[in-house]
This record gives sequence, C-alpha cells and structure tokens, in this order.
Amino acid sequence: MKRILSWAAIAVGVVYFFLPLVGMLEFSLKMRRGEYSLDAYRSVMGDPQFQATFGYSVLMACLTIVFGVLVVVPTVFWVRLKLPRLRPFMEFITLLPLVIPPIVIVFGYIRLFNTSSWLPLTGSALGTDFLLMCGYAVLALPYMYRAVDTGLAAIDLRTLTEAAQSLGAGWITVLARVILPNVLVAVLSGAFLTFAIVIGEYVFAALLDRPAFGPYLVWAGGNKAYEPAALAVMTFALTWACMMLIQLATKFSKHTRMPH
Amino acid sequence: MAYLDLTALQKSFGANQVVKSFDLGVAKGEFVSLLGPSGCGKTTVLRMVAGFETPTVGAIKIDGQDVTHLRPNQRNIGMVFQAYALFPNLTVAQNVGFGLKIAGVSAAETAARVADMLALIGLPDMGARYPFQLSGGQQQRVALARALAPRPRVLLLDEPLSALDAKIRVSLRAEIRDIQRKLGITTIFVTHDQEEALSMSDRVVVMNGGRAEQVGAPFEIYNHPKTRFVAQFVGTLNTLDAIVIDPAGGEVTVQGQPLRLPQPIAALRGATVGLALRPEVVHLEADTAQISRGDFALPARIAAVQFLGAVIRVKAETAAGEISLDLFNRPDAPPPPLGAEVALRFRGQDVIVLA
Ligand SMILES: Nc1ncnc2c1ncn2[C@@H]1O[C@H](COP(=O)(O)OP(=O)(O)OP(=O)(O)O)[C@@H](O)[C@H]1O
Ligand SMILES: [Mg+2]
Repeated sequence: MKRILSWAAIAVGVVYFFLPLVGMLEFSLKMRRGEYSLDAYRSVMGDPQFQATFGYSVLMACLTIVFGVLVVVPTVFWVRLKLPRLRPFMEFITLLPLVIPPIVIVFGYIRLFNTSSWLPLTGSALGTDFLLMCGYAVLALPYMYRAVDTGLAAIDLRTLTEAAQSLGAGWITVLARVILPNVLVAVLSGAFLTFAIVIGEYVFAALLDRPAFGPYLVWAGGNKAYEPAALAVMTFALTWACMMLIQLATKFSKHTRMPH
Repeated sequence: MAYLDLTALQKSFGANQVVKSFDLGVAKGEFVSLLGPSGCGKTTVLRMVAGFETPTVGAIKIDGQDVTHLRPNQRNIGMVFQAYALFPNLTVAQNVGFGLKIAGVSAAETAARVADMLALIGLPDMGARYPFQLSGGQQQRVALARALAPRPRVLLLDEPLSALDAKIRVSLRAEIRDIQRKLGITTIFVTHDQEEALSMSDRVVVMNGGRAEQVGAPFEIYNHPKTRFVAQFVGTLNTLDAIVIDPAGGEVTVQGQPLRLPQPIAALRGATVGLALRPEVVHLEADTAQISRGDFALPARIAAVQFLGAVIRVKAETAAGEISLDLFNRPDAPPPPLGAEVALRFRGQDVIVLA
C-alpha cells in the first residue's frame, strides 16, 4: 500500500513537472499547419535580434565567470587560511543576494552609480556593462562561494600552500598552480551555474537597459506565437546541458579520486 | 660559527609563550633531531626556521645570512610534512620538478634532475603516476625528493614518518639518513619518537616546555642525561633512592648496602639522592646462593616477563620498588619463572645520579 502511494506521488510529480514541458515542446513544433516542423526554431535562429542578444548574454556570462572566479577564489582561500573566524560572516554575506530581491539591488546600483554620482558608471554603455557584470556576479555569489568553499574544504589547504611556498612559490603562483587546479571541478560547477543564471536573467538587464537575452525572451513572449515556446525549450536545453557538464567535469577529474 | 644558527629564539601566541629562549647551532651537513613530548614547541621552532612563523624575539642565520624576516619562499629551505602534502593534481615527476620550474630551471635540466631524484629515492619508474596511486611510504619519499630537488640549503622534516606503519617507518629511517649523508645536506628532524631520534641523528636536542634541556650526541644523551627530564624522557629508567655516606668519595647506601659511584656527589652526608638505572645495566642472578657476602645485590622477586625476541624485558619487585631489566635472549637460557627469588646486581659506574 505504502509502495503504491509513493509511486503515485512520484507519478503526480513527474506529470506536474514534465507535462507543461512536453506541451511546450509539442506546441513549438506546430508552426507549420497540419504537421510537425522545426520552423519556429529556424525562425528564432534567423532572427538577428536573437543572435545579438544571445551573443551578448553569452559574452556577459563568460566575463561574469572570470570576474567571479578572480574575486571568489582568492577571497575564500585567504579567509580559510588566515581569517577562519570570519567564515560565518562570509556565509551570511554570500547568502544576502538570495534574500534581497534583484530589483532592490539594481535600484541601489542606479542610485549609487547614476550620471550625477561620484562614479557615473551608467553614463556610458561600457560602464553599464561593467555594472551589469558586477550585478550578475552578486547574483551568482551564493552558488560560486559555496562551490569554491566546498572545493577548498576537500584539500589540505594550509599544508599544500606551505609546501609550495617552501619550494619558492609566491602567493600568485600558489593560487594559480596549486589552489586553482585543485578546486577546478568546484569552480567549474560554480561557473556553469553562473552561466545558467546570467543567460536567463531579466531584471538587471531590463532596468539597466542592456540588450541581453532575458529582455528579448520577454519581448518575444509578448509579440510572437510559436517562437517563445521554441526559445523556452532551447533555454531549458541549455540549462540542462550546463548541469550535465557539471557532472562530466566531476567525472573527468582523475586526480581528485582519493585512495581511501 | 655554525652553518644554521638559531639565537635566543622566542615565540609567543598571545599570552602563551611556546618557545622560550632557544639556541642551537647546526654544522654544515649535520643531522640534528628535535625530540620532546607533544606540545613542547618542536614544530614551532621548525616553522620559524622555515619562515611560516616569525620569532617574537631572536635571530635565524643561514650561512651567515640573517633570514629572520625573509618570507618562506625566499629562504631556499626544503620541507617535508607529516601529511606528505604532495600536489594531487600533478604527477610524481611534476611534483618533484615543481621547485625547479619556479626557479626557472630549463625543461631539459629539470627532467634530468627529476630523474636523478627519483633514482635517489628508489622510484625511478613512478614519474608518470599521480600521488593517489602511491602508498604512504612512496608518497613520503616523493615528498622528500620534491624538497631536495631545488638543492635547498637546509632540509626540515616534521615527523615525516609518524603517518606510516611500523615496518616502513624503520626502513625509511635508514633511507632518509642515507640520502641525507649522500647529499651532505644540513637537516633538522622533528620527532617525538626517541628511538627515531637516537638512531638517526648526529646530535639530539631534547626539548621540554619550549626550551632545549640538553643537546648532544645520542650516546651522550642516553648515557649522561643532564636533567631528570632528559633521563626520564629518553629510554626506560629505573629510579632508586640512596643515602649519601661520603659525598666526596661518591659513597652511598642502597637498601643498607654500600655502593661506590665513580664521581663525587653534590649532596650532604645523610641526604637522600635519586639514582637512575637503564634496564640493560641491571644483571639478574638467578642463583642467590652464589652471591658472596659483601657483594652488592638487591633481593628481588620476578613480577613479569615480556619476551620481545632478541630482548627479554623482566620486571622485578624489590624493597626499593619495581625494577625493569633487559636480558638478551639465548637459546640455552630460558627466562626466569614468575615469582622466582633472584638477586639484582649493577655497578656504580652504570648509575646516573639525578639532579
Ligand atoms: N598558531 C598557533 N596559535 C596558537 N597556539 C599555537 C599555534 N601553534 C602552536 N601553538 C601552541 O604552541 C604549543 C607548541 O606547539 P607545537 O606544534 O610547536 O608543539 P610540538 O612540539 O610540535 O607538538 P607535537 O609533538 O604534538 O607536534 C602548543 O601548546 C600549541 O597549542
Ligand atoms: Mg609538531
């Protein structure tokens, strides 16, 4: 009886989760009357605005990942090595982006960095891009921090650092040659999560008025019939591809397997 | 002046003074062990030499150069850790070549030096493996090769053998000492295992509570301990009370029997002094009837017999307390039975007078 009930619960869950997806997929294939076709996808791919916004968001995602890694890895490394008492504080800080709504953050940015402020970042496209990247990095911080922190917890940070130092390595070398390679898998999983977040993000890009993929999705949803379904399916596929890449990265790190 | 010179080193963590005025000179090519109980400051001294801790007071010189305030990566010192600390993402060869690469040594020379080091540690074919594919003993040998590859001025080892099983520990001892001799590298070895310290070192520093209690060759430390702590920490020790009869002539009585010590005693007539005896200087006389009147002999009863192979450790109960003694195993002389009445004999020159 219990088994039947739990199977029923799983079935309900699966239907609840997958039915809309299947429906959306089916709908995205029905652009041509009377038969299934990939016309909607072809139309999306051919849309220059899609190409521009998608390209922009991919670029922003990559920049955000690089920026996030450069900020988070050395910080977590230093806190774990020299200021372990600050760890609870770090945990708290890095949770804030999950608690504070993005709209609040972005309004804060606009107030702080508008054209009449001490640092008028929003005055130029490039400055706004930089601001947007920082915003994305903040949104991704909870995931990036946790991924890197878990990665660093798995290695004997202090002894490895000291071993490298006694062999002549300075801080940069320690980070680049010893720490980063050993937390690469963790960093990668943080990176893919960051990618997934940035690709779908709407609020920041819309309010800072940058030509990103999120606002394009919303615009397409309001102005086209079949293409939004195709776009949604593609976005889902991309996110899942990221998840699978995380799994693969974990699998292919041959040296992190421990003998005991 | 010594090659490695530690002068009046002190180290405090907050209000806790961990190292209190530590002096040591190590000659070039010498192997010195720091031996002492847990928490006595051995690792702290080593970490100050390596540069991971800055002394609160004092100076460290290597070959005449003051390195007290140099960063660890500027000191050219090799370090081997208890936990191996090999870089898990690098192969054995890359680990060994790590220091050379940082020093800017050419690829060809690095490869040659790495091959030399791997041959030296007896793992010539393991260069392509990753650390997790090696046993603990092999990992520690690779760590040694990695520390030695950049030709450091000083080699520091912090309990490098404690994480290994007993058998490998003993064989690696000899191997490390061999390599150290071959390269003639000045070495400080930290351990809390006295057997390790005594068997490997040119000199041993016995530490207690942040101070060096005695510095000397193993033979010296074992046979002529300067303080009660050294006597008791190094080796097994039996203690007996004796009453001084003639301080200048070194005459005492133990349990009413006269005993002459080779040196004068720094105590007044009639005072009680502590005598210490190593288990191997006490002889066991099974046939008490053989003892002639006037010879020194303590009556005793066998309380425990531990057969260790080459050595048989016997515990005997006397009026002055329990005494441990070691007998060499001989096929024609079985150990005495429990409860047997025996006599214990020892010579005045084998006795250590405890201060
Ligand atoms: N970074 C530190 N901060 C505060 N106290 C410390 C620090 N490092 C060491 N100590 C203290 O200094 C004392 C000596 O430590 P040390 O590690 O030098 O001992 P040790 O002789 O190496 O002992 P063991 O044989 O257990 O390794 C200990 O009481 C320890 O608690
Ligand atoms: Mg220690």
